[in-house]
Amino acid sequence: MSKQALAALQAKFPAAVEKTESEFGDEIAWIKKDQLVAVATWLRDDPAMAFDSPVFVTAIDRLDWHPVGAPPSTHWTEDRPRFEVCYQLRSSTRRHRLRLKVAVTEQDSHCPSLATLWPAFDWQERETFDMYGIRFDGHPDLRRIYLYEEFVGHPLRKDYPKEKRQPLVRRDDLPINPIKKDAR
Amino acid sequence: MAATRDVASLKQLVLGRKDVQDLSDTETELPPDLMTVNMGPSHPAMHGTVRIVLTVDGERIVKSDVQPGYLHRCFEKESEYATYTQVFPYTDRLNYVSPMINNVGWAMAVEKLMGLTARIPRRTEYIRVIVSEMSRMTDHLTCVGASAMELGAFTPFLYFLKSREWLYELLEKVSGARLTHSYVRVGGLAKDLPEDFDKDLTYTLDKIEGVMVEVEGMLNANKIFRDRMAGIGAMSKADAIATGCVGPIARAAGVDYDVRKDYPYSIYPELEFDVPLGTTGDCLDRYLVRIEELKQCIRILRQCLKQIPDGPIMVDDPRVTLPPKRDTYNTIESMIRHFKHIVDGIRVPPGEAYTFVEGGNGELGFFIVADGTGRPYKAYVRSPSFVHLSTAGQLIHNHLIADVVPIFGMINMIGGECDK
Repeated sequence: MSKQALAALQAKFPAAVEKTESEFGDEIAWIKKDQLVAVATWLRDDPAMAFDSPVFVTAIDRLDWHPVGAPPSTHWTEDRPRFEVCYQLRSSTRRHRLRLKVAVTEQDSHCPSLATLWPAFDWQERETFDMYGIRFDGHPDLRRIYLYEEFVGHPLRKDYPKEKRQPLVRRDDLPINPIKKDAR
Repeated sequence: MAATRDVASLKQLVLGRKDVQDLSDTETELPPDLMTVNMGPSHPAMHGTVRIVLTVDGERIVKSDVQPGYLHRCFEKESEYATYTQVFPYTDRLNYVSPMINNVGWAMAVEKLMGLTARIPRRTEYIRVIVSEMSRMTDHLTCVGASAMELGAFTPFLYFLKSREWLYELLEKVSGARLTHSYVRVGGLAKDLPEDFDKDLTYTLDKIEGVMVEVEGMLNANKIFRDRMAGIGAMSKADAIATGCVGPIARAAGVDYDVRKDYPYSIYPELEFDVPLGTTGDCLDRYLVRIEELKQCIRILRQCLKQIPDGPIMVDDPRVTLPPKRDTYNTIESMIRHFKHIVDGIRVPPGEAYTFVEGGNGELGFFIVADGTGRPYKAYVRSPSFVHLSTAGQLIHNHLIADVVPIFGMINMIGGECDK
């Protein structure tokens, strides 16, 4: 059933879909960054697609990607985009699932935000920003969610050392409380 | 002394005013400015450490900013450096009220990547469902009991916590630990059920049914309880879907979604149970859905006890099972295999998969990217509490401060799961 959705997506947006994959029952569609919002809007609003339920957003950092037993061509190299942003969607009526993937480079770590289409992605994009440093363009309120604003770096990036410690040091020049900032 | 005090000094004592002009009743109104109040991170009426910055107009909430993260323990980062088996103790600490479901979810995710899903022995599947449903019961018992206590009904809290303790005692007999079980393994279980488990569980379920009759009698028609729950924190069906709500919260709003029914896994297709749905999506419906789910859990458990077959508890696959202890200590091959298994971990072929189960709070998913080594390249947990908490700001909007307590209680935000 999900395969049909993937085929329909390819037929509707042949230029936007870079490639499709199917892994362990999950359909994956790689979408060009600039077309993501258009594709996502169609997926949500088209009655045959009806992807109304957001599931999760996360990113994959491919910096250390050297899979065992796989040909060297699949390994990550400097010239490939470092991050993959994954949007998992589900349809509550048609029961199919789809994962949209967007390639994001380290130099230009921006990705269009889908938080206005599915409110659930608001916090999850903030989490992805917090952990991976992906900047979601068009997000209504993009700030850290788990960590404090003074935190330097993004801990789930592969080049962030696991043992690194960052004690919280208060800095008065940063807005701690956004509501207070608005009131000022 | 108080009797001799004049009215003016009394007013000064109470209102901080001493001018005679201030004594008129029109002057006693609250100031019209908005006020910012911090609720949490540690607040006696809210379970879980979360900070809510409220902007209140008198008692009414006009703006709120919910800030999680106080319990962030780097689950995902730690998992990337642990073997697949070593992640089980970490998953225990995600939703620490129902750790068994997290265990099962993680095991299923790894099994999916290894192509073992269809080969799990029947008895293992039954035991996994039994411990999952027991965990779901502890989750709901805690949620309902604690919420009732926060609304002033202390007796249901004591009764339900006592019932939860009976289940914890049984789970302790099964796994050896009261709270952090680490009972499930990739490909099976750590050990079989103890002797006389079915008798113990049947006895416990009978007792819990009795307790539920009592608690429902105390709460369902209780005017104070109903007044504080009905119509509070209501959410429409469309909102529940768009905000990604799952589990009892979505079902209370009428969303017919239960992973056990919609994407059946394990032996759930063979079991008879109903999925309760609400209509209004308010706190009272969430409470009623949870109570009904408790009854359905008991129903599932009784069926499982009747149908559970004998058989092995681990899949027979050298990639995931440890060699028998006798061989480990006597042959060099088994010794090496044991060593490689413990130190290098289970080798999972490269790939990525999203596996989800019905947790206590709804769809609990694990998204694993494997690179062929014994440690996950990436382990993401789709925690229902995090998604539900993101709706909290919208739910408490325009309610009174006192309503934050039932809304928050019924969202059942579990800090460990929400903050990862």
